[in-house]
Amino acid sequence: MKKTYPDADAAVDGLLFDGMTIAAGGFGLCGIPELLIEALRRSGAKSLTVASNNCGVDGFGLGVLLNTRQISRMISSYVGENAEFMRQYLAGELELEFNPQGTLAERMRAGGAGIPGFYTATGVGTVVAEGKEHKEFNGRVHILENSIVADLSIVKAWKADPSGNLVFRKTARNFNVPAATCGKVCVAEVEEIVPLGSLDPDHIHLPGIYVNRIVSGVHEKRIEQLTVRPKELA
Amino acid sequence: MPWDRNRMAARAAQELQDGWYVNLGIGIPTLISNHIPAGIAVTLQSENGMLGMGPFPIVGEEDPDLINAGKQTITEQPQTAYFDSATSFAMIRGGKIDMAILGAMEVSEEGDLANWMVPGKLVKGMGGAMDLVAGVKRVVVVMDHTDKAGRSKVLRSCTLPLTGKAVVDRIITDLGVLDVVAGGLQVVELADGISFNQLRAATMARLLI
Repeated sequence: MKKTYPDADAAVDGLLFDGMTIAAGGFGLCGIPELLIEALRRSGAKSLTVASNNCGVDGFGLGVLLNTRQISRMISSYVGENAEFMRQYLAGELELEFNPQGTLAERMRAGGAGIPGFYTATGVGTVVAEGKEHKEFNGRVHILENSIVADLSIVKAWKADPSGNLVFRKTARNFNVPAATCGKVCVAEVEEIVPLGSLDPDHIHLPGIYVNRIVSGVHEKRIEQLTVRPKELA
Repeated sequence: MPWDRNRMAARAAQELQDGWYVNLGIGIPTLISNHIPAGIAVTLQSENGMLGMGPFPIVGEEDPDLINAGKQTITEQPQTAYFDSATSFAMIRGGKIDMAILGAMEVSEEGDLANWMVPGKLVKGMGGAMDLVAGVKRVVVVMDHTDKAGRSKVLRSCTLPLTGKAVVDRIITDLGVLDVVAGGLQVVELADGISFNQLRAATMARLLI
């Protein structure tokens, strides 16, 4: 079965419905599935629950789905860079579930690995632990966290082969791996689809079994905080 | 005279030991990498998926695929390794990171830390801070001893929502260095020219000499 699609709209065609849960890869604006986010915007799918570490910035990344009011609930660890997010949240138009970053990553990993929940010491004694089962292991209190299984995963990789094997680049890997595995269906966008056999099988970061559809395209890859040092100190 | 941000960072850098894997938080902790003592090699972890974090790139060499947890452009080093977020927090939760040095809004004499939320103000989220304080072997906080109005941020118990309970080992402020021990905070060191009475006047927690 062919996994490659001609464009992002075709790659999400037939997969979207109102009220669905979507897991998205990326950290800040690094490694975000920007082409698929635009396709989601064009689809008009609404009342979305989105599990993503962040929610983009105003007008870029997941921020575009805030402007169109398509997101009704976010599961995130940090949402500080988005004024429209704050406005909708404080106005009660947007639901927000804060997860510690590692707990969010593990909820996705566990969801993809067939583990419905796990105990962690992260968040014990904080608001995160409220209402959750507490259990002691080896003298230390842990809380039960449920895993995440999404209706759809959208991720961004550097390269794919036609079988869906993915290779990421530098810190753009981040949440893309756990997010990809926790979806009932996973669509990956890449910078380049390379011929079968041209990726070293020892260097695949995510095996194609996790990836149902692939689309390639030109990425803006916006930098959120440009920090440099002067040349003379190099 | 109280230590300024760079003196606090330099003092915090003295906590590092050769061969350690260390996570530095945002704010004053970021400055610590400028003060790592000669002969001490540490590997910096960035929780978005990197070990072996290098300095900011020179102009023109910035790479949108290479950022730190503060979303700043950075560089790699010869020993750099990249990994996904679940693996990153597995090494944090699994106790593989030797030390985290973080900023704080409040800290208590029992080692409780509050650094992520002020109710009624802009809520940005905890990011990886709760995972770090729960999982890393040794947690050091670097912070101003008092707020701008002169109120102590070193307290009997925190007033802000916690990042972690009984998680802090050592506190480095502009006035000195304190260790969390049974019964209060042990004074380890005073900043240059700061007297014990000045420290006590600025502290709401129990101090032990």
